[in-house]
Amino acid sequence: MQRHQANVLSNKQVSNRYWHMVVDISELNIDVDPGQFFQVRCADTYFPFLRRPLSVYRINEDTIEFLYLVKGQGTSAMTKIQAGQSLDMMGPVGEGFSLDPSAGNILLVARGVGVATLAAVAQAACRQQVKCYAIMSARSRDDLLAIEFLEDYGAEVFIVTEEEGTSDVENVKRIIKEDICATTVIDAIYTCGSRRLSKLSQSIANELHIPGEIALEEHMGCGMGACFSCVCDIREGDTTKSVRVCTEGPVFPLHKVVME
Amino acid sequence: MTSRKNMQVIIGGLTLNNPIMPASGAFGPEMEQALDFNRLGAIVPKSITKFPQPGNAKPRVCETNGGMINSIGIQSKGIEYFLAHTIPAFDKFQAPIIASVSAESLEEFVDVSATLANHKSIRGLELNISCPNLKGDGKAFGMDAAITRELISQVRTVTTKPIIAKLTPNVTSIQEIAVAAEKGGADGLNVANTMLAMAIDVDTRRPLIGNVMGGFSGPAVKPIIVRMIYQVAQVSSLPIIGCGGVMSGRDAIEMMIAGASAVQVGTASFINPTALTDILAEIEEYMEQNEITEIEELIGSIII
Repeated sequence: MQRHQANVLSNKQVSNRYWHMVVDISELNIDVDPGQFFQVRCADTYFPFLRRPLSVYRINEDTIEFLYLVKGQGTSAMTKIQAGQSLDMMGPVGEGFSLDPSAGNILLVARGVGVATLAAVAQAACRQQVKCYAIMSARSRDDLLAIEFLEDYGAEVFIVTEEEGTSDVENVKRIIKEDICATTVIDAIYTCGSRRLSKLSQSIANELHIPGEIALEEHMGCGMGACFSCVCDIREGDTTKSVRVCTEGPVFPLHKVVME
Repeated sequence: MTSRKNMQVIIGGLTLNNPIMPASGAFGPEMEQALDFNRLGAIVPKSITKFPQPGNAKPRVCETNGGMINSIGIQSKGIEYFLAHTIPAFDKFQAPIIASVSAESLEEFVDVSATLANHKSIRGLELNISCPNLKGDGKAFGMDAAITRELISQVRTVTTKPIIAKLTPNVTSIQEIAVAAEKGGADGLNVANTMLAMAIDVDTRRPLIGNVMGGFSGPAVKPIIVRMIYQVAQVSSLPIIGCGGVMSGRDAIEMMIAGASAVQVGTASFINPTALTDILAEIEEYMEQNEITEIEELIGSIII
C-alpha cells in the first residue's frame, strides 16, 4: 500500500452523473491490474473525511483513468480537482481480475458504474485477442458510458435500460442465453455493479459450468485490511467465511460469493 | 547539528522507544507495506476475543464532519488463530506487542488474559472494558466503577505483565472509573475508546450505520479526549495513553501536555498510511524546535 501524489491530466464531466479523470503515473513505478482500485483523497479537508475507493477504468502505459459516479459529497468534491493539480491516492489495492489468455470469448455483465471496473477487463481482453461480449445496463441511454471504448476494443455490446424497459433480469437472461450463448462458447463471465445481475451471472455460470469473477463494491474505512468494515461472505466448501473486500478482493470467484 | 533526543516513555514497567503506537482496530499486518513497524513505540493488534465472532451488520462505517462512526463489532478469528498467526506476523519487529482483549464476561476476560499473558511475545495487555457486557444488558464493563475494579483485580491475579485499562468516554465521570481501575491494579489507562454516536441519512431517514449506533472517532473528538486526559491525570498517578483524534505531531504533544505518557493513532492511518511515523517525525521536529531533549518533560506539563 503506497501513497502517491500523481499529476491530474484531466478531470471532465462526461454525462449527467459521471466524471472521467486521467492521472499521470509515469513517475510512480507501479503495475496496475484490471479490477484493482485506488483509495483516493477527495479533498484536503476533514470533510469529506475518508478516502474513496475508485476502480481503475483504463490502464495505459503512462496513465490510468478513473470513471466515477458523482454520488455524494466526496465524489462531488473530486469534481473540483483541476488538471495540473496532484491527486493523493493510495494503491493499487486488492486482487484484480484474472484473464485466461487461452479464452476465446468472455462475457461482461455491467450495471451503471460497474462499467468503470469492467472496461479494464475489455481492454486487457483486447490486448490478448480475446473477444468480449458485453451487457451494459443503465437507467437510461444518457447513463450509458464507455460503449464506444468497448466497441473499440472489439466488444459486441448489448444495451439494456430501464427507460426502454429492457433491463429486467429475464430479458438480460434471454439475451445471454439466446443471443450470445446459443451461438458462441463463452469461456468466462465477469460482472460488477448490480446485485440482481450478479445473481443472474452466478446462476448462468453455474448452469453452463463457466468460471466467473465478480468485483464487489463496499463501504470502506481504511482500504488497507485493518478496519474490517468492508467484509463479505465467501463459500468455502460447506461453510462460509467472512473476508475483506479491500484486501482479499475486490475481485472474487463468482461461484464463491454469497449474494445477499 | 541535531542534538540527541530521548523519546523513551514508560508505561507500567514497559519501556517504549517512543510514545506513538497504533490504536487497536485501526492497525494490521498489511500496513507493513507502507510503514516501518520497527519505528513504533508499541504494536497494538485488533482486539481479540476467545472465540471467533462475526462482527456487526453493514454498513459498518460512515463519515461525519471531522470524523467517522464505526460499528465493526470486534470481528475476530478467536484466540487460537491470534496466537498462531497474528502474533507471529508482528513478532519479528522490535516494538513490544500489547494485546488488546475483548470479552463477553468477567470470567472470559480473565481466561483470555491468562492465555495471552503466558505468551512470551506479548509484553502487555490492554483490556477493552469499553465493549458491551452481554451479562449486563449491553452496558460496557467500563461504565461501572465496581465492575471495572473487580474485573481488573481478577485479571491482575493471572499476570504480572502490564495491564492497561481502555476506558470508555461514555460515562458521567471518567475520573471515577479511572480511580476504580487504578485500585483494581491497572498499570496504565487508555483514555479513551470511541464515543457512542449516530448519524442519519436525511434523504432515506435511515441510520448510516447498520447497527444504528457506533463509535465516533477522528479529529472532531480530540478536544473531548484532551479534556478527559487532563481530568484523569488529576485523580490518578497511572500513566495515560491518549487516544482519539490525533492527526498530527502537535495533536500528540497536546495530549502529552494534558497528561498522557503515550498516544495512540487510529483514524489518521485511514487517511494516511504513514500517519504513525509522520506523527513521530513531527514530534521530533517539535522537540528540536523547542530544545526538548527528554520527551518525558512534556508529560503533564500544562500551565494553568
